[in-house]
Amino acid sequence: MVGIITYGAYIPRYRIKVEEITRVWGANASDITGGLGVFEKSVPDLDEDAATIAVEAARNALKRRNVDPEKIGAVYVGSESHPYAVKPTACTVGEAIGATPHMTAADYEFACKAGTAAIQTCMGLVKSGMIPYGLAIGSDVSQGAPSDALEYTAAAGGAAYVIGNNDPVAVINHTCSFTTDTPDFWRREGQDYPRHGGRFTGDPGYFKHVKGASNLLFEQIGTSPKDYTYAIFHQPNAKFPQKVAKDLGFKSEQIKPGLVVPWLGNTYSGASPIGLAATLDIAKPGDRIFVCSFGSGAGSDAFDITVTDAITSDAFHRDAAPSVMQLLKDPIYLDYARYAKHKGKIVMQS
Amino acid sequence: MRDVAVIGIGCTKFGEKWESSFRDIFVEAGTLALEDAQLSGEKIDAMYVGNMSAGRFIGQEHIGALIADYAGLATRHIPSTRVEAACASGGLAFRQAVIAVASGMEDIVIAAGVEKMTDVGSDESTDTLTGAADREWEGFMGATFPGLYAMIAQDYMHKYHMTREQLAQVAVKNHFNGARNPIAQFQSEITLDTVLKSTMVAEPLRLFDCSPVTDGAAAVIVAPLDRAREFTDTPIKVLATAQASDSIALHDRRDISTLDATVAAGQRAFRMAHLTTNDIDMVEVHDCFSIAEICAIEDLGFCRKGEAGKFTADGETALGGKIPVNTSGGLKACGHPVGATGIKQVCEIVQQLRGTAGRRQVDGAKIGMTHNVGGTGATVAVHILGRV
Amino acid sequence: MTVARFWRHLPQRYNMVGTKCETCGRHFFPPRSFCPDCRRAGKIVEHKFKGEGTVVTFTVIHTAAEQYSMLTPYVLAIVKLDEGPQITTQIVMDPAKAKIGMKVKSVFRKIATDGESGIIHYGTKFVPVE
Repeated sequence: MVGIITYGAYIPRYRIKVEEITRVWGANASDITGGLGVFEKSVPDLDEDAATIAVEAARNALKRRNVDPEKIGAVYVGSESHPYAVKPTACTVGEAIGATPHMTAADYEFACKAGTAAIQTCMGLVKSGMIPYGLAIGSDVSQGAPSDALEYTAAAGGAAYVIGNNDPVAVINHTCSFTTDTPDFWRREGQDYPRHGGRFTGDPGYFKHVKGASNLLFEQIGTSPKDYTYAIFHQPNAKFPQKVAKDLGFKSEQIKPGLVVPWLGNTYSGASPIGLAATLDIAKPGDRIFVCSFGSGAGSDAFDITVTDAITSDAFHRDAAPSVMQLLKDPIYLDYARYAKHKGKIVMQS
Repeated sequence: MRDVAVIGIGCTKFGEKWESSFRDIFVEAGTLALEDAQLSGEKIDAMYVGNMSAGRFIGQEHIGALIADYAGLATRHIPSTRVEAACASGGLAFRQAVIAVASGMEDIVIAAGVEKMTDVGSDESTDTLTGAADREWEGFMGATFPGLYAMIAQDYMHKYHMTREQLAQVAVKNHFNGARNPIAQFQSEITLDTVLKSTMVAEPLRLFDCSPVTDGAAAVIVAPLDRAREFTDTPIKVLATAQASDSIALHDRRDISTLDATVAAGQRAFRMAHLTTNDIDMVEVHDCFSIAEICAIEDLGFCRKGEAGKFTADGETALGGKIPVNTSGGLKACGHPVGATGIKQVCEIVQQLRGTAGRRQVDGAKIGMTHNVGGTGATVAVHILGRV
Repeated sequence: MTVARFWRHLPQRYNMVGTKCETCGRHFFPPRSFCPDCRRAGKIVEHKFKGEGTVVTFTVIHTAAEQYSMLTPYVLAIVKLDEGPQITTQIVMDPAKAKIGMKVKSVFRKIATDGESGIIHYGTKFVPVE
């Protein structure tokens, strides 16, 4: 039974509030918080990036369970802010957790769903018997262009999943995907900031693909929203996941534990993985969890997960690493100038 | 083993010498020393020159040969050796010269020190100086040289409760002395306020706790004692030469705020000369930072561990005090052309013992000491000199 | 720092891999292949440090080398690892709260970058244990 052996998340300590960003650009804070349902977002420290976040998330996962890192046969890191265009984040992570050299690795990019794509790949390698454990990470220090709508939500964070079939804490019963060539949001090579199609990102983007993958999964395994204890949807803001959940027939209590975007922002490749981590943090044996990610470009990965007894067994120590709620506590707030310094938005002399 | 004497000294003015090159300043110091010894260059048998980092400051290695060449001695093919131990390069060059003469291997030997630091910008010079520490495990982790001494200061103040004002007095005293030294980079006195209000560099050390970046050169000539009077009426005998090493990284030391290499070299020097601290009339110590002087006077034995702050504040290390320390103005006021400092210290003691130290003269000076440190204490050279 | 020089110490920089002398029990970081106490009688084995320790002394750097100038003011400290060796490292924290005797633990961070096009030097810093 392939599933999640252990998981971990990491969120940087710094935050900036939406009203501090609106102050600089002359926008109205309550329009944004009301319209997007986001109040503040996480900001990386000056010495953090998608690789350091990926390592911390992976190490947090390994603190919770005794997994021999040398048995991790694959590492995939999904991000749209990999520190190098060429030189995989996955190699740095593999080295930092002691999984090298007997492993395969690669970096993934698929906007906000690169992390879930990594989970699917690890499932395949484990299910086929090619590797005992695979490590899938979604990690980002996402950029939003100054004064663009995305600047209010583009945040930093990541989560890591060790996939295996030896006593998982949550079995991944099924996964399927819905993918098309849709230019809703993109970034050309060498450009600092992404661009997007405005309202086009909604129905032809997010909603089409999330509904496409979700309905495909319900059809393939004969389930419906009422069968699930919890559901996590990709969360670029609070409104989209709340709307798609309602449209599909989920209730707001189902999506509540996994909806962290109001205080975290959109961590892009980290978004669905962190939402799932927040849900696993409070899940009980027998809980059934539905996950549907979304990445612009565009595609969605849907998952049907059942939490097992292992999550409360002696083999798994949930408290050995910080929960998502703990990671969100005691933030350090920045003003816009310091935020810009942290995000490399200030032009320095070269 | 023969007795060795200093027969001539020469020192350029220290400072930012924009018009002078590395070669210029060495030649100037060497010429002054030869004139002082009334010696012509052909009599020189060998040269030792202390220089920390000409390779990075001016992109030049092979300093021994360069200096012999520009001193006009290359055509005589004398042996010329560059000695390096970061900020203790000068002290070690002096020791090598003394050993060469004491052993009977050479007769008349120049020990020089030279550093030209201002041909590069301050980012480059700061990074170069970090090479005196452990690049791999201190520098690369974000340690700066002032940062390392600042950690020594924090450890010291935590253990012995010296006040910030007491520490600042070291700089005030040294500037007072420096204002009476024609070669010093800084010629004005300062107040406690000057120190306490200057820019913070690495807590608790401020700009005025730190010696500056300086160009300068110094040279001394040593000869067998029994021939010294051929050259000078005031030969100064080398009573002891000692050197010690310790771990390069501060974090590997036995005690963060005790320089064990100073303790070892000091004890060896006193033993060799059959003297104690009571016999010393003045001492030039290595005050690359104010805290370094505090540790030095304790580690050499001039006062007990933990008491140097009060000792300084009470004026015991001032010109009229119990044991004048850094009558030259120290590294703080003279400036610190790295390789030259150890030789400059010898020049100062020789002047004191000859009675030619002008407004900084210590009355009746008979025996003096020099203390030169490399890095945060990984190399220490100590010398004792006395009137004959 | 050049590529080879950085790379050869990755186990030390990323994972605090040092050595231990099984004969006398002394730990070494960075690794030593020869015990200075036991000398040839020392049996040296690899040891991965826990990454926990105590602050022995520290300073707050205000004027830094160029590579670290964006981080100032930052805390530089000597930390005594629980296993014994002392190391020099940065502590990521509010400088005003740094204290001798604080307990700290390791985190994975960027140490430096070789400009805009050179490699990124990752490594270990420390944070206070809360």
